[in-house]
Amino acid sequence: MSNDETKFGPFPLSRRGFLKVGGSGLALTAFAGTVAAPTVLRAQTPTVKVGILEPLTGNLAYNGTQARAGAMFAIEAINAAGGIKSLGGAKLEAVVADAQSRPDVAAAAVDTLAQAGVSAFIGCQASALGLASSQAAARYNLAQVFDVGTAEQVVERGLKNVFRFTPGVNKCTSTALENLKLLNQNAKNVVKTVAIVYEDGPFGSNMSKLLNERLPQIGMTVVENIGHPTPQRDFTNIVLRIKAAKPDLIIPSNYLNEYTLLAMTLRQQKVEAKAIYSILGGAASNIKFVREHNDAAQYVMDCNHWYDPRKPESQALAKKTADAKLDLTYDIMVAYACIQLIADSLERAASPDREKLIEALASSTYAGSIMPYGPTKFVNGNNEAAQPVNTQIRGEKIELVFPKEYATAEAVFPMPPRG
Amino acid sequence: MWSLVLPAILGGLTTGAIYALVALGLTLIYGVLHIINFAHGSLLMLALYGVYFLYAILGIDPYLALLIVVPVFFVLGYVLQRGVISVFSLGKEQNVLLVTLALAIIIDNLALYFWTSDTRTISLPYAYTMVEIGPAFIPLPRVIAFVAALVAAVILWLIMSRTRLGKAIRAVAIEKRGAELVGIDVDHTYAMCFGIGTACVAAAACLLLPTFYVTPQVGYAFVLVAFTTVVLGGMGSFMGALVSGLLLGVIEALCGLFLGESLGQIGIFLAFILILLFRPSGLFGRRAA
Repeated sequence: MSNDETKFGPFPLSRRGFLKVGGSGLALTAFAGTVAAPTVLRAQTPTVKVGILEPLTGNLAYNGTQARAGAMFAIEAINAAGGIKSLGGAKLEAVVADAQSRPDVAAAAVDTLAQAGVSAFIGCQASALGLASSQAAARYNLAQVFDVGTAEQVVERGLKNVFRFTPGVNKCTSTALENLKLLNQNAKNVVKTVAIVYEDGPFGSNMSKLLNERLPQIGMTVVENIGHPTPQRDFTNIVLRIKAAKPDLIIPSNYLNEYTLLAMTLRQQKVEAKAIYSILGGAASNIKFVREHNDAAQYVMDCNHWYDPRKPESQALAKKTADAKLDLTYDIMVAYACIQLIADSLERAASPDREKLIEALASSTYAGSIMPYGPTKFVNGNNEAAQPVNTQIRGEKIELVFPKEYATAEAVFPMPPRG
Repeated sequence: MWSLVLPAILGGLTTGAIYALVALGLTLIYGVLHIINFAHGSLLMLALYGVYFLYAILGIDPYLALLIVVPVFFVLGYVLQRGVISVFSLGKEQNVLLVTLALAIIIDNLALYFWTSDTRTISLPYAYTMVEIGPAFIPLPRVIAFVAALVAAVILWLIMSRTRLGKAIRAVAIEKRGAELVGIDVDHTYAMCFGIGTACVAAAACLLLPTFYVTPQVGYAFVLVAFTTVVLGGMGSFMGALVSGLLLGVIEALCGLFLGESLGQIGIFLAFILILLFRPSGLFGRRAA
């Protein structure tokens, strides 16, 4: 036996011989595979991959996991209703990626989504993350439908792959202030002074800047404007400053944890205001906050993303969310609606091709989502038809109080003294 | 102005008490045994969940939970040191660092998997009971946390200075091989030390939850300040951890008040650098030989 020969089991076989036999075997298998593969593929339902890029870990993990749940509910509902009919009933298949609440990771995750072959993706619950991911997605000509991304920079970069379905900070602020003005007029202008508490990231800082410009235009003076980092461990100082300024109205603009601590501290320090009115408030439209801090939460108003509770599909989503033992938050609603929008565009594009899908999204006039929006109209990636609504915490519930056509309760403004 | 400054100082002292409580456990582990325990924040988070579930499921008040959570976490700390950290670190300090980092990642992600990233808070009937001190209203749970931090520091100081265990810990910290030669069970001493440190974190969790929240990421909000507190107070000094914790709380509160909350944290690290410039071994630290 030469050096080149090795004994494989009971059969003497040279290494070259083994390679020949093995190679032929592999070639045969591959051939068989190519012959058999189309048969298998014909038997499968076609699928279209849709990316879900959300912060599933890190500071924004709560919002991200809620949004993922909303997107999955939508995919389930669309598939159950027969999938994308123009693509032969193609089912939507979710490809989930974690943005880890970090812009650099959000950008890197886009590579994963692109390599997985997604046609478009939704994300990422925070402007800073969405700015990074959409920039990265532009390289792949991959559409990103923003579920939440309120900073106006999102739609100011001329990127053709950006589609912000929900309203931005400008729209939210102007609607919120129009509604506030109306509420105040109906209450004989009891509110004259305002304190703003904002998180010092892009979302809160933009909001504070806008409010400082626009509140005087509706006859309100800003007496305190306080920024804070996220996370903020203690709100005593902030509340003391608010207490000293004695504002009629407090406008918090921050995320869930900080909002909760602020509301608790306001109650602890016995701060009496005529109203607490947030714009895109982290907790004010969150049923968990209502449940866990019911006293502190009473009559808090918010102007935020919210679905149209009258639509049957909204009611079905509420039931599905309750069955899954999840809290129904706006993260779930907006992610659900974004998947609906993508499904509608796929239906019209009749192709999973990224370029065609971008064209279909850009020309969308979709009005069938669960959100209280008119027909979609994207201008530079911004959905001009999107609008926020006003909610108010009443007892154990979050009621929709504005606009009237969607309202489930009358607004109480100013709120009764808390004692 | 006084009506703002006095409440800010008192509020800072109560926040500082929490920093001190978290740092007391760390000063024992990091300061005495030189174990850089990256899992300290994760253990705090785990204890916060423990307190939360005891309240949410069994209705046990967080202060009563001290009697359950503290011993359980002492045992957990002991087992972690004896069964995981010492086994996988193979006696090398750099390995300890990696093992505790791995523990932190595992604990955080398990918490995320089992309890999701949901923020959880508890609403106690006395959470809104205020203690009036001049123009300041201090929430009762924070006053309790402040007193508890002082008591915990004294108890730890007594353990370290008046008990055989304390002597053994100090001996191991100074000269491990020498301690072994005189018959001290070094592995047991390390594990006891880690157990006590973890029990301190559990106590901090019981005192923190009535005024704070718990998420899988909550530990990060405290652990960096806790490391700063330990170094500033002097490695291994309980008085140092207590005083520097309180000091950092007040500095943060005053910087927040005068410079804006966004810059409040800058005060902490500025004070840290300045103090270490003039006292490199920390406020209560012994000068290196």
